[in-house]
Formats: sequence, C-alpha cells, structure tokens
Amino acid sequence: MESNNRSTKLLIGLGVVIVLLLGRLFYVQIINESYKTDADNNSMTREMIYPPRGVIYDRNGKLLVGNKICYEILVTPREVHDLDTVSLANALDTTVEFVRERMQYYHKYRSRIGWQTLTFLKNVPSETYLHFAEEQFLFPGFKAQVRSLREYPFNAGGNLLGYISEVSPEYLEDHPDYKAGDYYGRTGLEAAREAELRGSKGWHIYQRDSRGRQKDSYHDGDFDVEAVPGKDITTTIDAYLQQYGQNLMNGKKGSLVAIEPSSGEILAMVSSPGIDVEVLADFGKHYGTLSKDKNKPLYNRAVSASYPPGSVFKLVNGLIGLEDGVLQPWMQYPCYNGYVYTSSGRKLGCHTHRSPLNLEDAVMMSCNGYFCYVFKSILENPEYHSTEEAFTHWREMVMSFGFGRKLGSDFPSELSGNIPSAEYYNRYYRKGHWRFPTIVSLSIGQGEILTTPLQIANLAAIMANRGYYYIPHVVKASEGVEIDPVYYQKQYTMVDTLQFPKVIHGMWKAVNAFGEGGTANVAHVDGLDICGKTGTAQNPHGKDNSVFICFAPRNNPKIAVAAYIENAGFGASWACPIASLLVEKYLNGEISPGRQDLERRVLTTKLIR
Amino acid sequence: MQEDALDRGLKKTVDWKLIVLYLALMLFGWVNIYAAVQSGEPSSIFDLSCNAGKQALWIAGAIVLAALILFVINAYFWESISTPAYLVVLFLLVLVIFISNNVKGSHSWFELGPVKFQPAELSKITTSLLLASVMSRPAFRMNNWKHFLVAALIVLVPMLVIVAESETGSALVYAGFIFVLYREGMSGWILALLGLAVLLFIVTITTHWWVSLIVVAVVALFYFIHSLRRTSSLRLRRRVVRNGIITVVAAVVLVFAADLIFNKVLKDYQRERIEVVLGMKQDLKGVGYNVHQSLIAIGSGGLFGKGYLKGTQTTFGFVPEQSTDFIFCTVGEEWGFFGTFVVILMYGLMIFWIVRDAEKARTAFTRIYGYCVASCLFMHLFINIGMTLGLMPVIGIPLPLFSYGGSSLWAFTAMLFIFIALDRQEKKYF
Repeated sequence: MESNNRSTKLLIGLGVVIVLLLGRLFYVQIINESYKTDADNNSMTREMIYPPRGVIYDRNGKLLVGNKICYEILVTPREVHDLDTVSLANALDTTVEFVRERMQYYHKYRSRIGWQTLTFLKNVPSETYLHFAEEQFLFPGFKAQVRSLREYPFNAGGNLLGYISEVSPEYLEDHPDYKAGDYYGRTGLEAAREAELRGSKGWHIYQRDSRGRQKDSYHDGDFDVEAVPGKDITTTIDAYLQQYGQNLMNGKKGSLVAIEPSSGEILAMVSSPGIDVEVLADFGKHYGTLSKDKNKPLYNRAVSASYPPGSVFKLVNGLIGLEDGVLQPWMQYPCYNGYVYTSSGRKLGCHTHRSPLNLEDAVMMSCNGYFCYVFKSILENPEYHSTEEAFTHWREMVMSFGFGRKLGSDFPSELSGNIPSAEYYNRYYRKGHWRFPTIVSLSIGQGEILTTPLQIANLAAIMANRGYYYIPHVVKASEGVEIDPVYYQKQYTMVDTLQFPKVIHGMWKAVNAFGEGGTANVAHVDGLDICGKTGTAQNPHGKDNSVFICFAPRNNPKIAVAAYIENAGFGASWACPIASLLVEKYLNGEISPGRQDLERRVLTTKLIR
Repeated sequence: MQEDALDRGLKKTVDWKLIVLYLALMLFGWVNIYAAVQSGEPSSIFDLSCNAGKQALWIAGAIVLAALILFVINAYFWESISTPAYLVVLFLLVLVIFISNNVKGSHSWFELGPVKFQPAELSKITTSLLLASVMSRPAFRMNNWKHFLVAALIVLVPMLVIVAESETGSALVYAGFIFVLYREGMSGWILALLGLAVLLFIVTITTHWWVSLIVVAVVALFYFIHSLRRTSSLRLRRRVVRNGIITVVAAVVLVFAADLIFNKVLKDYQRERIEVVLGMKQDLKGVGYNVHQSLIAIGSGGLFGKGYLKGTQTTFGFVPEQSTDFIFCTVGEEWGFFGTFVVILMYGLMIFWIVRDAEKARTAFTRIYGYCVASCLFMHLFINIGMTLGLMPVIGIPLPLFSYGGSSLWAFTAMLFIFIALDRQEKKYF
C-alpha cells in the first residue's frame, strides 16, 4: 500500500537523522580529543572585569559624579588551606566570627560550590586592600577584584543625579543581561541614562592545572572579552548655580527650576528638602531614615509634585483672550476688592488697588477681578455655541503651553499635572449645568488646575521666547551620547507670537515700575531688566504657597526661573526674592551690595523644621 | 456498547509506553535543570526562587493537565473546536506583536503578571487540529491543487505571523508539517525539490554560484535520463520535459537570488549564525562562542560523563541559556555519551510509537493529528540538539518536555495527550 510505504520512508528518515545525531555525539564525546577538558583536573575560571561606570559632568565640564576604586574580596573555597582566621580577619578589618561563619557555610555546601569563586567581602576600601595585599600570600584561595563606587566631588543635584545600587532578584528577572552583584541606576539621571553609563563587562578565562591552581590564559586569550567603559554624560546643569539654588532653598519646602530659554536646557533643578550627595555615596545606610522623613526628601518635587499655579496662570488666560480677540490691551475692567459672579452676591476677592485697570496694569498688579472678566469673555465668546465648546477650545490652547500633560523631559518620574476637561465637569455638574461662574476660579489659576514646578518654569521660558519653548531637558549631547532630536525642535503654543509683548510689558512693570503698585518690586536688580509674575496659590492644607516666575534680561533672555515655595505666603515674600537672587547670581556672578541683606535673610531663614 | 467500553479499560486503551516516556523525559529534564543552576548560592531542588523549583510547579501542573485531557475531556471535543481554536490562536499571534514587550528581540510573549506564555506554542496544537480536521474530510483530495492550497495555507499563515514576531526558530518547526502532507499523498517531488533548494542555497553561499549551476546541471541530467527512460508515451514525456525545464529555471533563479537573500533579507545575527555553522567564519567571542562552549561541555562528558552535579562547564556559566535552549549540554557533560544516547533514543522511540499508533488509527483525523505531533517533536529534537552539536545554526527553541519553561512544557503535554486521548477513544469503542 502506497501510504504504508510512505510511512516506512518517513520512519527511515527519522532513523537516519537519529543515527546522524548519535554519530555526531559519538564523534564529539568519544573520538575527538580537542573538545575534551579533563573532567577531574582541568577546568576554566572566568575572571570578570568590571568596566568603570560613565561619569557625569555639569554643562561647563565640572565633575558631578565620579568613580572611586574599591575592592571586593573573592574566595575559591577549594583552594583555601591552612587558613589563619584571626590574621585574615585582621587583614580585612572584619571580625573572626564573620570569617568562621563564611568558612562553615562553604564547607557545608562544598559539593555544590565545587571550583566556583564566590564573593567573600564587598566594598573594601583601598587602605584595607593594601593591608590585605601585603599578606595575600598567607591566604591561598583569596584574591581581590577591583570595583568602582560612585564619588561626588561637589555638593549639587543630589535628587537630580540619583543613586546606584546592587541589582535585586526582581530586577534580574526582567533584565537577563545583568548578573547578581552588578550595579545599576535606581533613580534620577543614573536610571535615565543607565544604558550609556553602564558599559559592558569583560572577562579573562584562565585554565586550572591538575591541583586546581590558576594557570595560563585559556586558548591564549582567544575567548577573553575586553570590558567597555561606560559613556560619560554631560548634563545641562550649572553646578554652581545648582548649589546656590540649593542654598537659597535650604529650610524651605518647594522647588526652584531654571531653564535656558534659547535651548530648553535645565540650568538648575532644586527640590527642597532634598538629599545631599554624601547621602548618595552611601545610600543604603541612609535609606531608612530618609524614607520615613515627613518632609519627603527623596521625592523630586520639581517634576513629581503638582500644585495650583495661582496667579502666574493669569498670563496664560490673558494670552488666550488676546489670541481669541475677546481681549484688547486697552480694555479696562473695574475691580473693587473683587469680582461678583453670582446674582446672590458671591465674590472672588482681590486686594485693594486703583480701578479700573488695563491689561498691562492688571498683570503688574495681579488683579483677580480683571482676569475673571477675561476668562468670562473667553467662555462666553459668541463664536462658540456653548460654554462647553468654548471651554474645550480654551483647554486645547492651555495644553499647548505644556500644561495638563507630560512635557516629555528626559528626566524620569515626570507628572502631567491636570487641566480639567469638559467631560470632567459634565460628570461633576451634569451636562449643560455648568457655566462661567461655576468654574470662575480657573480665571486665576485656582480650582482644579494643577501644574508641576517644571511646567511653570517652562511657562517662564515660553514668555521669554515670546511664544515657543524647547522641551526642558537635563542631558546635553556629547561624544558618543545622543539626545532625542525632539529636544532641538521649537514647540509653538497656539497663541500668536505677536500677542506676547503686550503681556510682557506688564511683567516688566511688575518688577521694575516703582510707586505704581507692582507686585514684584523686591525682584528688581539694576541693569538686569527682570520680567516676572507673582502668584499666591491657595493651599487647602495650610498657609498659601508662594510662587514666582521670571526671565531676564527682557530682550534676548538668558534664563527663565520658577520658584514654588510651599506654605510661604505671598509670592512676593519668598518665591520672588529666591528666584531673583538666582537670576542675579547667574547673570552677574555676584549679588549687588544693595541686595546682600535680602540674600542673607533668604539663606538663613528656615520655614520648616 | 457501554459494557464493551468497560471491558476495554485503561490498561488496554491507553498507550502507556508513551506516558512512561513522557514522564521519564520530563523528570530527567527537571533533574538536569537543577544541575544547570548557574554559579552562586546552592539551593534545594524545590526552591521556588530558582528554575528547578519553578519547574517542579510546572511539572505538577502538566500532570494535572494531562489527566484532564485523558480522563475528563471528551476526545471528540478537539475535532469540534478545531476551527474556532485555530482562529482565536491566530488572533492572539497577531495581537502579541502589538502588545508584547521586547524579549531578546522578539515580540512573542504575553505577560499576565508573573505568568508569561507564547501563543506560538499553542498555535502548533491548533494548526495540527485544523489540518487534521480539514484533511480528514472524505472529499479532501491531495492531488486537487485547491485542496492542497488550503492545507498549505493552514500551515503557512501562522508560520508567517510567527516570522513577523521575530521567532524564526518556532516558525521553522512548521516546516515539519510537510512530512504530514507527504504522508497524506503530496508528491514526493516537492519534498525532493525543497531539499534541493536548501542544498543549492548552502552550496551557493559557501562556494561559488557556478558550483551550484554544476549541481543543477547534474541533477537535471539525472532527472531527465531517469524519467524519460521510464515513460514511453509522448504526452507524458512532454510533461516530464516541461516540469524539468520549469524546475531548472527556478533553480537557476534561486542560485542567483541566494546571495541577495543571504546578505540583504536575513538579519545580521541570523547570517552570522549560519556562517558559523557552515564553518565560513570562526567567531569565538561572538556568535561562535555559544556553540563552541556547548561543544566543549558536551565533549568533555566523554563516555559516562562527569557525574551528576559535577559538571564544570555548565555550572560555571560558560554555556548560555543552560536551563532552556542549551539544556542538552548539561546532559552531555554530566551523563556522557551514555546519557545523550538514552535521551535521543527515548525521543526516537516516542516519535516511532506515535507514528505507529497513528498508522493503526481507524479515523483519518487521529492519524493525521498523530503525524502532526510526531513532526513537531521531530523538528524540535533535530533543531535543538543539532544546534548544541553545531549541526544547525543557533536557533532558540526548547527541547520538548526537557527545557525549563512552563509554556513549552504545557503545550507539548497538551499536544501529546490529545493524541493519546484520541487513540484511546478509538480503542475504547471499536
């Protein structure tokens, strides 16, 4: 029968393949000697060579994170004999009990360990190693291996840089290219740039002789692999500015972010209270206390905290009003200590100032009433059929400023903040049951609006650039390290660039016009032409938050800054001095004599304990 | 009827030989996974944090699965769900491309919390079921080209999707289904021509295109003489000549396309692996490292091996993927030629007995499904062990029942036990 014939042919094929495999096995296992390493006497050991991790520089080439050498003591238990536990403990600066306990462990599992080399002691400093090296010949089976640890020569950017630690079993599960004992970046830049910083391990392979002693290179080193050092990272951070910012923020809770508007490069990013670099160097020891601290020093507020922006958001509403054509710079609105928004007389309060005001003066004096009128005309714009439609348009415009979404910075754990959507209000108030008075607090950056300090710093950069920004980032391209081309692209807002100067003049007057009621005169520095906007954001958890954004100089700006200080009262009281001191330091290199009292007050005051 | 069924109980209806082989391979695999533990702290074989401990759980699950298939699920169920099951798995195969994480360059794993599985494993079963179901229909004729096309598409569609997942190894297993088609009446010439194509490809890339042309000429000459001598009618002779010319033209095109395919279509790592196995390149630090280390480990085992847990090559971490794709190295090193011989023999017997049971089957469905199982096992066996012996390029597929991993173990368990259940069903009622 044809079929059975075919079955037979297939089975013959199976037989041929099996004979082929067995024949090859017979050749490899029994006939060919070159594949043979004597099972009892000869085997190979692989000595790992760990590459130095890439180092991290600031924008001017100052070293922020370097490496220092330390040692790991390895042991091959099979090679250990005549061990004097006391002198080994002395040489390694450890206890006799530790040595005894390890040796008992190796003895217990000797059959599983075989000829393997295990790690005996980690993080041995150079001095101890030198002591050990002198007496190493007394301890057969023990040897040292070089590892590198992180070193931080300059106290700047603890939260930004992040820390490294040994891989955990869970991490190994997901990352098969790591081995137990390797280090990896856990947070901050160390984590974000792990791929470049890491480098790749190499190894030497040695052969053992019949007594198990290490002998020659195996195959003349044909199988050895060179270690490839990690790539160095250059950040956009200015180390001195970062350190100065940290000093200014000392004793306050909040964030301070500085951006170079013409590139989107982050010059300084302070989250306070933060962690000092000496903590990073020995993170394991401090982790327990840090994670329990009620001020959360591990948490990078600059990107991971979201707050109501308060009055700085009036800039955005003013610009949208101008772009929509419902606001003209000459338009005046009355304000007598606030804006009445319901027929029953509910009022959104304002401070006392002259009335009526035009746009520029409303920005200068941060008039709440004025911006209620502006937001009202945006929402009641006759071009749209309903409040909902106008609101959705407004939201789209706001998001083009980088609010309510992640900016896409190269820094990890960035939050998106929140710009409420029409759907949200439809759910909350029912469709058609909410209008301008319902959401009046959005006029002045309160209510459901939440932004991160990085986002409001980015707003300062948008104002500085008159209508566009570069996505803020902390890594500069350097040799061997590329950054995403998106960081070189201008991101335009939906507001025409021609609208910006109308608002910027108000920001300039807020700082530099004396005797007219400007809110930020304390930020004035002769010759710097700082333009700024204060904010005092209501805080449901306590005292108001103090907010200030600014850029300088007015023409061709070099720096844009946002300061956000929790529970510190008016914008002018803390955020404004801090931000202006940072700008002055960056542009002038020093604080003018007239402002040194202010600097002293900021540096020495502690608002939290 | 019912009494008959009772008379022919488990002892007579279940092919216990297969079950014994199944258990033996699975347990021996487990023992070797424990031995392949990388350097580090020693642990118990049941320690759930290491591969051997997890494999113990997978094995327990596999036995439960086998029992369910054998004793709980009605064997007719499988044929009835063949079409929907095939479509669902095909959908999963496509879906995984879009929603999976990249695991070593391929997009083929679903991750549900701690559980990971590859739909490509399931697809072998559903493809076999649908192929068996379609080809066992009374109206199916292998020499009707439309029917043949349907059968071929059932195999080719999942195969191509798996290639798109960058799981070339798993896709290659599907080539084994050609043996099923051959058994069911496909012309032997197709098998021969495919063999010729592989030969020409290898000859062209290792030597020169003109060497391949000489091979083509010799084969063609042999073909014409052989066929024309056997046929006397003019019509048949004309057909022989026509087929011959088409084949020669196709072969010549292949010879000239081979370099292009090799250098442009294949990915770099695929090309390098082929170069290493063909001896065109000795790359001891890169691609060749794995194969060389694997050969050293197996070679150092000698006749009786170094003894269980005494291996130096595998425990030192020289051999990559020791508990999954290169598990056979551990057998070779610690159990020697004796161990490898027994393992290969067990696989050979398993395939042989499946084929024999399939041939005895009364329904075409059982027969064809049995051949599918045998073909898949055979392909895995040949590719995996061939790879560790440097006979095949490095292609990451597991050794069935033996390698570490729940997804593969359960899939092969299901595949095999569906066949045992089908086989039992027949013996029970006839």
